[in-house]
Amino acid sequence: MQAVFFIAACASIFAVALICLFLFVNGIPAMKEIGFFSFLLGERWKPGNNIFGIFPMIMGSIYVTAGAIVIGVPIGILTSIFMAEYCPKKIYPFLKSATELLAGIPSVVYGFFGLVVLVPLIRGMFREGNGSSMLTASILLGIMILPTIIGVSESALRSVPRTYYEGALALGATHERSIFAIVLPAAKSGVIAGVVLGIGRAIGETMAVVMIAGNQPRMPRGILRGVRTMTANIVLEMGYAADLHREALIATGVVLFVFILLINFCVALLNRRNRHA
Amino acid sequence: MHNDHNLRQKLREYKRTPGSFILMMLVMLCAAVTFAVLFFLIAYILINGVPNLKPELFAWTYTSENASMMPSIINTLVITFLSLLIAVPLGIFSAIYLVEYAKRGNKFVEIIRLTTETLSGIPSIVYGLFGALFFVTTLKWGYSLLAGALTLSIMILPLIMRTTEEALKSVPDSFREGSFGLGAGKLRTVFRIVLPSAVPGILAGVILSVGRIVGETAALIYTAGAVAEVPSSVMSSGSTLAVHMYNLSREGLYMDQAYAVSVVLLLLVLVINWISGTLAKKLAKGM
Amino acid sequence: MNNTEKISISSLDLYYTDFKALKNINLKIPENKITAFIGPSGCGKSTLLKSLNRMNDLVEGCRIEGSILLDGEDIYGRMDVNLLRKRVGMVFQKPNPFPMSIYDNIAFGPRTHGIHSKAKLDDIVERSLRDAAIWDETKDRLKQNALGMSGGQQQRLCIARALAVQPEVLLMDEPTSALDPISTSKIEDLAVELKKDYTIVMVTHNMQQAARISDKTAFFLLGEIVEYGETEQIFSMPKDKRTEDYITGRFG
Repeated sequence: MQAVFFIAACASIFAVALICLFLFVNGIPAMKEIGFFSFLLGERWKPGNNIFGIFPMIMGSIYVTAGAIVIGVPIGILTSIFMAEYCPKKIYPFLKSATELLAGIPSVVYGFFGLVVLVPLIRGMFREGNGSSMLTASILLGIMILPTIIGVSESALRSVPRTYYEGALALGATHERSIFAIVLPAAKSGVIAGVVLGIGRAIGETMAVVMIAGNQPRMPRGILRGVRTMTANIVLEMGYAADLHREALIATGVVLFVFILLINFCVALLNRRNRHA
Repeated sequence: MHNDHNLRQKLREYKRTPGSFILMMLVMLCAAVTFAVLFFLIAYILINGVPNLKPELFAWTYTSENASMMPSIINTLVITFLSLLIAVPLGIFSAIYLVEYAKRGNKFVEIIRLTTETLSGIPSIVYGLFGALFFVTTLKWGYSLLAGALTLSIMILPLIMRTTEEALKSVPDSFREGSFGLGAGKLRTVFRIVLPSAVPGILAGVILSVGRIVGETAALIYTAGAVAEVPSSVMSSGSTLAVHMYNLSREGLYMDQAYAVSVVLLLLVLVINWISGTLAKKLAKGM
Repeated sequence: MNNTEKISISSLDLYYTDFKALKNINLKIPENKITAFIGPSGCGKSTLLKSLNRMNDLVEGCRIEGSILLDGEDIYGRMDVNLLRKRVGMVFQKPNPFPMSIYDNIAFGPRTHGIHSKAKLDDIVERSLRDAAIWDETKDRLKQNALGMSGGQQQRLCIARALAVQPEVLLMDEPTSALDPISTSKIEDLAVELKKDYTIVMVTHNMQQAARISDKTAFFLLGEIVEYGETEQIFSMPKDKRTEDYITGRFG
C-alpha cells in the first residue's frame, strides 16, 4: 500500500513534467519558425498575414499587472494591517470570511461586474475611448488580488512576535508607530511574498481581463486605451486558430508560463527565507 | 471607564501625533474600501440579477429564446463529480505519503513540494492550453466533459494535497502512538485513526475545490467546449455555468440572463464558503 | 538622601473580566530607590508592575478601580498614555530587541519623540549604551543586527533602549530570569548604579536578588500586599508569618 501512496505522490511531479513537455514541444518550434526575437519583440500581430509579434501583449500584461499593483498593494497591505491590528474581535470572523469570499468569487463574475459597472463608469468619467481600457482592467485586477495580499500579509503580521510591538509601545510609541516602524518591517518578507503571489494572480488572470480590457492587439498607448494581455490573446483566438497561428498562441502560453515560473521561483525563495528567519 | 471618555482621550492623544492619526485614517479608509467593494459587488449582482431569475432559464433544453442554464448546471455537476473522483483520492494518498511515510528532509519530498507549489501558481489558461494539447488533441478525445474534468483535476490537486496535509499534521501524535501501542499496523492506524480525525479538514479542502471548479472558465473553454447541451456521455462536449455565463455576456444579447447566471454562481460560492468555514471551525473546536 | 514618593498607589483593584487579580493595593514608591516586588507566581506582582505604565491596557477585559499617581498626577486620568510610557520605561522578562541594528534600536525611542538630528542621536546612543554599561562591547558594531548579541547583552541593550528616552521611572519585569549568573550580576550592578538617576521598580522571583539590591520590598500573595517595608527589615524580621514562610522557602 505504501507503493500506492508513493505513486500518488508522484502525480504532481508527473503533471508538471507533462505540462512543461506539451507546452514546450508545441510552442518552441513556432518560436523558431517565426524567429525568436521577431516573436518576442515584434510589435505587430497579424495572423492573417502570418505576422506574429507578441511584444504588445507582453507589454499589455506588464502594464495591466503594474496598474493592479499600484491599486491593489497599498489597499491590500493596509487592509491586512486593519485585520491584524485594528479589527474589533466581534466583527473579525465576519470580515475574515468576507475576504475569503472575495477570493472565492469566480473571475467571470468579476469580469461581468467590470463590464456592467466599471466600463460605463470609466467611459462616463473620462469621455475618451469606450471604457474598455488598461485602467479598467487594472482596477478590476487590483480588486481581484486583494484577498491574496490580505491573507498572506495578515498571517505574516500575526507571526511577528508580540514582544516587538510591546517593546515599542513601552517606549512611548503610538499604536501606529509601533506597527508601521517595527511590526511591518519585521513582517516584510512575508508581506512581499503576498505581493508577489498577487502579481502572479494578476498576470495569469484571463476571463476578467478579456471582458473589459478592449483586447486590441497593438502596442499599449495610454491608460484609457484598450490593451490585450497574453492570456487574452490565447483565449480570444485559440477557438479558430490553425497551423502556425495556433502554435504561435501556444508559444504565447509558453512565454506566460515562463513568467509564472519566475514569479513562483521568487515566492519559493521568499518562503524559504521566512522559514529560516 | 466609559467608551466615550476613552474616545475623547484617544483623540486628544492623536492631536499630539498627527502622523499616527493620518496612518490610522488610511488604514480605516483602505479597509472600508475593500469591504465596501465586496458588499457593493454582491449587492449589485443580487439586486439586478434576482428579478431575472425566471422559470424558463431552468428549461431542460437550451434554445436561443430561453437561454436556459439547465444544461450548464448539469454539465457543471458532471465535471465537478469527475474531477473530484480523480483528484480527491490522488490528493489524499499523496498527502498521506508526505505526512505519514516520507522521512523528514527527504530530497524527493522537497521536489514534490516544489512541483505542487508550481502547480498551484499556474494560471488556469495555461491548464486550458495543456488540456487542449494533451487530452483534446493528442489523445483525440475532442472537446469533452472528460477532458475538462481531467484538466481541472490537475488544477485542484495541489489544493487538496495541501489542505489534507495540514489536516493530517494537526492530528496529534498521541493518537498514532496509542494505536501503535495497541498493536495496530501503520496502514490500519492511518485509515482507522488518523484519516477519520482529519475528515473535517479534508472536507473543507474538497469544498474549496468545488468552488474553484464551479468558478473556472479559462481552463474549460478549449477542453470541455462551450455547447449549452445536456450531455449524453462523458465524451460529449458541454459548457459549465461559468463558461455559459461568459458566452452570454460576450454576445451582449443576453445580459439579463447573464445577470441571472451570476446570481446563481454567487449564491453557490456563498454556500460553498459558508460550508467550508463551518467545517474549519468544527476542526478548530475539535482539536 | 531624599525620600520623596514618586508613585503613589491607593486602594487599587484590578479585574480581568470577572477575576479580581489585585485587591486593595496601597503602596508608595520612593524616588531614586529600588523597590522589589516578590511573591509566588500568579500573585499579581507583574500585573501591578504593568499597570504602572498602563501596559495592562492591551489586555482585553482588564479594568481598574482606585488610583495610581505619578508625581501627584493620575495616570489613568487625562494623562497621555504615550507620554506616560516615555516617563515610565520598561524592561521585559525576555530581552526583546527589535530586529534591526543596535544603533537603530537605541535611536527608535528618541526618534519616536521627535529627535532626528544625526549628531543628537549619536550622542544619545553613546550615552545610553554607556549608562547601560555595554558601550565597550558594542561601539565597534553599532550597525550590526541586535539579534546577533548574547541574551545578557540583549537585555542590557533593552535597558539602554529604555534609558534613551530619558524616563523617570524604570520598570523591570524579572529582567534576569532568562539569563545566566554572570549576566545576572552585571544587570544587578547596573540597577544599583542606575538608581542614582532613576526610580526603579523590579519584579523578581529570586529572593536573594531582592535582598541584595533593593531598598524596599513588597511581598505579594494572591493579589494582595502582605507586607511592605525596608528590604532589610522584611528579610531579617518579617512581621507577617506568611512573609517569613515565603522567604525561608517554606512555600512558593
